[in-house]
Amino acid sequence: MSNVLVVAEQSAGHLRKATLHAISAGREIAKRTGGKLHLAVLGKGIGALAKELETYGAPVHCADAPVLEHYLAEAWAPVVAEIAKAAQATYVGAAATAFGKDLLPRAAARLGAATATEVLGFGGQGATVTFQRPMWAGNVLAEVELTTPIKVFTVRATEFPPAQKEGTGSVVAVPVSVDAGALKTRFVDFKEVKSARPELTEARVIVSGGRGTKGDFKEIEGLADDLSAAVGASRAAVDAGWVPNDWQVGQTGKVVAPELYVAAGISGAIQHLAGMKGSKVIVAINKDPEAPIFQLADYGLVADLFKAIPELRARIKAAR
Amino acid sequence: MPLKILVTAKRVEDPESKIKVKPDGSGIVTEGVNYKLNPFDEIAVEEALRLKEKHGGEVVVVSVGNDKSTTEIRAALAMGADRGILVRHDGPLDPLMVSAILTKLVEQEKPDLCLLGKQSIDDDQNQVGQYLADRLGVAQGTFASKTDSLESEAEQKKVPGLVLSGDGKSLQVVREIDGGVEVLELRLPAVVTTDLRLNKPRFASLPGIMKAKKKELKEIPAASLGVDLAPKVVVKRLAEPPKRKGGVKVADVNELYEKLHSEAKAL
Repeated sequence: MSNVLVVAEQSAGHLRKATLHAISAGREIAKRTGGKLHLAVLGKGIGALAKELETYGAPVHCADAPVLEHYLAEAWAPVVAEIAKAAQATYVGAAATAFGKDLLPRAAARLGAATATEVLGFGGQGATVTFQRPMWAGNVLAEVELTTPIKVFTVRATEFPPAQKEGTGSVVAVPVSVDAGALKTRFVDFKEVKSARPELTEARVIVSGGRGTKGDFKEIEGLADDLSAAVGASRAAVDAGWVPNDWQVGQTGKVVAPELYVAAGISGAIQHLAGMKGSKVIVAINKDPEAPIFQLADYGLVADLFKAIPELRARIKAAR
Repeated sequence: MPLKILVTAKRVEDPESKIKVKPDGSGIVTEGVNYKLNPFDEIAVEEALRLKEKHGGEVVVVSVGNDKSTTEIRAALAMGADRGILVRHDGPLDPLMVSAILTKLVEQEKPDLCLLGKQSIDDDQNQVGQYLADRLGVAQGTFASKTDSLESEAEQKKVPGLVLSGDGKSLQVVREIDGGVEVLELRLPAVVTTDLRLNKPRFASLPGIMKAKKKELKEIPAASLGVDLAPKVVVKRLAEPPKRKGGVKVADVNELYEKLHSEAKAL
C-alpha cells in the first residue's frame, strides 16, 4: 500500500490556504500509486478543523493536545512520524511554507526518509514517482528520485490548484505522548506583521523598484496599491537603505512567481532575475534600452518610470 | 559563558555567475563559473563571530566536499573563525549524508551551538539543519532573523541577533515565518539556521586573510566516519526552465496597457 499523508497547516484553528494546494498534490500521487490519501492536523482545540478537513474525502488524523498548542518542530515531528506509520504512508507531504519546510525534514529524519523541497510537479512512470524541483534559485529544474522507502516532500503552492471538497472522510483521534517537560524548545512570542498589502510570495501581482527610483518609491507603491499588489525591490534599492530588507526579490531574497511582475527602474542583475523569472507575465520599465531586464520581459517600455507609471495608473483608473 | 560554535561553510556557485545546464542534462557547466562561500553560511559565520566576540568561546568551521572547499573554509577563517575541518568527499552529497556527517562531528567536538545557513544556493534544499537537530535530539531554530533592521545602530555595532540567556543555558531566536515574526527559546546545545536578515557579514581584512593561512585546518575522509555515503536524493536529470520569449518592446503606456489587458489578460 502506497498511501499518501498530507500534513495540514493551521493558525488558531483556521486552515492555511496553502494546505489545499498540497492536498491536490497528494491526490495526484495517490492516483498514480493507487494508494489512499490521508490528512493530518495537529494543535490544540482543532476538532472543528478536523471535521472541515473530512470533507476533502480522506481519513483525518487529528492530534489534539495541550502540548501541541504552539507549533514546535521538536514536539510535532515525532507525532507526524507516528501518524505516517499509522496511515501506512509511503509519501508524506505538505506545502512548502515556513511551517512545512521547518517540520517535514525533521519528521523525515524520524522516518529515515529523504525529502524533496519546493516540488513543482511529479514525473516518472506509473507508480514510480519522481519529483520536479528548482535548483540554483529556479535557474535549473531538476528531476529527483528519493530512494528511501518513505518519501517526504513539500510543494510550491502556486504550482498546484486548490483542492475542491469531494467524497467523505472520517476523523481518527491520535494519542499524543509528547512530554512537555522534556521539550528543549519553548514558544515565547508571535507577532503578526500586519500589512495592507499581500505577502510577496503569495501576491498575484508584484510591482518592484530598483536603482532607477533613486529612492522614491511613491509611484511604485501607488501602482501596487491600485492593483492590490505587493511591493518588491532589487538588491541595489535595499542595499542603498531606501526600502526594508524584506522587500528584496532575488536569489538571496524572496523567490517569487506572480501572475504579473512589473519591474520599474531595475536593470536586471542575474541575482534579481533568478528571483522573478518564474513570473507569468513580466513588464519592464527602464530608461536604458540596453538594460538586461528587457531580454526577459514580455512587455518592455523604454521610458522614465516617473512619467510612465503615473500615466499607467491614470490609464488603469480610466478603464475602471 | 563562552560558547563553542560549529558553523558550516559550503562551496557554491557565485550567485552572480550564469548557470547553464550541460546538453545531456547530467550537470551544470562549470567552466567560467566562480565559486564562493554559500551566502547563508556566510551569515552563519558572521553570527558565530559576533556571539564569540560578546561571550568568548571558539568558532569551528566545517565543510563537506572535495579539497577545493578549503578555499571557503579559509574564507571563513579570514573573517575570524578559529579553525577549520574539511570532511573530504568527492561524490554527490545529500542532506541525509551531510547531517549524518555533522552528527559525527558534533559527537567529537561537542559544540554548544550548530549554526548553519538555512539552505545552500546551489541545490536549495533547506533540510540539513532540521535533519541534524532531530539526529541530535536537540531544539531547532530555523530561519533565524532579527527585528532590528540591517541599517540599525545595533547592526552597525555588530550586536548578535541570537540572544544568550543570563545563565548561558539557552538562546532566544527570532524567526521569520509566514505572516509574522516568532520568538523561540532553545535550550543549548541547539541547532540554528540563518536567514537573510540576521546580519550583514563582514569583509575579511588583509591581516585576517594573512592570519587565516596559519590557522589549523584538519582534513577527515568522510569514509572514516562510518556513515552511509550512498545518496538517497538522486538527481536524475537537470534541465533549463522553459525559455521566456521576452524581448518585446511596446511604444508607449497606452500600448502597454492594451497588451496587458487584451493579450496577456493580466490587468
